[in-house]
Amino acid sequence: MSTDIRVDPAIPAGSTRTLSERRPLGDRGFSILTLASGLLVLVILVLIAVTISQQASSWFSSEGFKVFTNNWNPTPNNAGQYTQLGALAFIYGTAITAVIALIMAVPVSIGIALLLTEVLPYRWSRPVVYVIDLLAVVPSVVWGLWGILVFAPWLQHIYTDIAGGVNGTPVLGPLFGSPVSGASFFTAGIILAFMITPIVTSLSREVIATVPAIDKEGAYALGATRWEMIRGAVWPHSQGGVTGAVLLGLGRAMGETIAVALVIGSSPEITSHLFATGYSLPSVIANEFGESSGTFRAALLGMGVILFAFTIIINVLARGIVERSARRKRGA
Amino acid sequence: MTTATAEPHQVDLREPAGWRRTKNRIMTSLMVLSIILVLIPLGFVLVTVIAKGASSISWSFLTGGPIPSIVAPAGVGGIGPAVLGTIEITALATAIAVPLGVLGAIYLNEYGGKSWLAAIIGFMSDVMTGVPSIIMGLFIFSIWVVHRGLAGLSGFAGALALACLMLPIVIRSSYEILRLVPNALREGSYALGASKARVTVTVVLPAAIGGIVSGSLLAVARAAGETAPLLFCIGAATAANPNVFSGADTALSAQIFANANQPYVGAQDRGWGAALTLIAICFILMIVARIVTARFARYSR
Repeated sequence: MSTDIRVDPAIPAGSTRTLSERRPLGDRGFSILTLASGLLVLVILVLIAVTISQQASSWFSSEGFKVFTNNWNPTPNNAGQYTQLGALAFIYGTAITAVIALIMAVPVSIGIALLLTEVLPYRWSRPVVYVIDLLAVVPSVVWGLWGILVFAPWLQHIYTDIAGGVNGTPVLGPLFGSPVSGASFFTAGIILAFMITPIVTSLSREVIATVPAIDKEGAYALGATRWEMIRGAVWPHSQGGVTGAVLLGLGRAMGETIAVALVIGSSPEITSHLFATGYSLPSVIANEFGESSGTFRAALLGMGVILFAFTIIINVLARGIVERSARRKRGA
Repeated sequence: MTTATAEPHQVDLREPAGWRRTKNRIMTSLMVLSIILVLIPLGFVLVTVIAKGASSISWSFLTGGPIPSIVAPAGVGGIGPAVLGTIEITALATAIAVPLGVLGAIYLNEYGGKSWLAAIIGFMSDVMTGVPSIIMGLFIFSIWVVHRGLAGLSGFAGALALACLMLPIVIRSSYEILRLVPNALREGSYALGASKARVTVTVVLPAAIGGIVSGSLLAVARAAGETAPLLFCIGAATAANPNVFSGADTALSAQIFANANQPYVGAQDRGWGAALTLIAICFILMIVARIVTARFARYSR
């Protein structure tokens, strides 16, 4: 917006009467049409929460708070009823894979963002941006196909070597011991890291690009090296925005479905072994939904509700942080 | 901070000395290293998909059908039905999401202004871009498919799910472009007596059309590669289904997912071939978006 006070140019200056009283019908129709399209976003979000919860209600009502326990056995008993539908193992898998992905993707993304904004000249940074965009366009299912047929078999050897090396060590043993196959929490985490790097990079880059040139020049004038300038001028200014970008990456990593469904190994277990097979909320929905029925299907829909709630909370937090830091910058 | 010992007038003032300089170098190399860390997997994926997929690509593979069963050896049948399905489902989703998204963006920028409602809608459409794609699939399943039984499984249901995914992306990108249209254009048009709707449609939109098209193409590229929203909505078909509104359908991404976990060489080959086709479609869409941006970059930065 170019001016601070934005007067609607459709209203003549000095007129106490708005033109809306004698606006033609088509004009009013168009304004209602645009309002309806805007409201559609809110309507869809509310409908998502309401309709999926409705379909999942039999799970929540029959299991109660047991939905957050770790007992998963989706086979009906003799009476044809499902009794063991606790989702904790899936929530655990979702959290673990997302955290692994963030630990790997965040330093790399911030590094690329700094390189693009502070180090490389424009004619070099543009091709790099294109390449990062290409990474974002590779479909999830292609990552999964490559992950399970090429990457996981290759990783399996490395896992076996590492597990042999740390066998019996106090902290590392329980973390990196006993790999079952190439498909594991860790493999899923690596693939997720590839997938969220473009979004974290581009958002961090946008934030870092707003650091005023005068701050940077001031740091250089005091004799700072480039790294000292980044620490002293760029980082304090963009900390909030980068935190928001990282949270958005977390939301993406938690909701990513198909690639994870293919490489996580599909066994609902809570274990400290990162090289063990596991499961996550979106991937169990993708893999099991087709053959499910009754309370089992309701449980899968209910896990969708849990996932939806998690991602909405994280995204609201992240956008709030990004907007607040953007507003503070504009005010300063 | 200088550690010069010899003649002071020969000190090189441009270069900070010692550890500070080394640290700067280390950090810069780490940044370069992070780019390399990203290029390796991207290159690895692209090379593998091209190497393994190129051998199965042929005209009869791309257009032929029906899709053979997973045990069939490589070279039998084709993925024509999936190519057709991807094109018709994505096209229908685009036809639904782009007009609504652009209208929503027009509301945010032209009508909503600084009202609290516009602020909420803008914020929530940002939030909606972060909703996992599988949730959109479950949503359309819960609101549409489940009430119609098997008849509900159709390309149309899949298109609805993809449209939900695309809507917030189109709103965001169009809004960013509309914001860049200079106010002087609007004022000039009002001065000629045009109504607000007329100003928007005949002056503001044409000025922003390049950015809107390229933003929408990026949303299409993202939707075309999605699998999760389609899983519970389109069913499974092996023959081409030209009617997107009724009957089960299939798509490239769904075919890759079905073939990825199979031990059969033929199935894996078809998976790689479909993956190469899908990546090619997505990249072409993205490159076209770039070209459109470059051609119409009048009011963008």
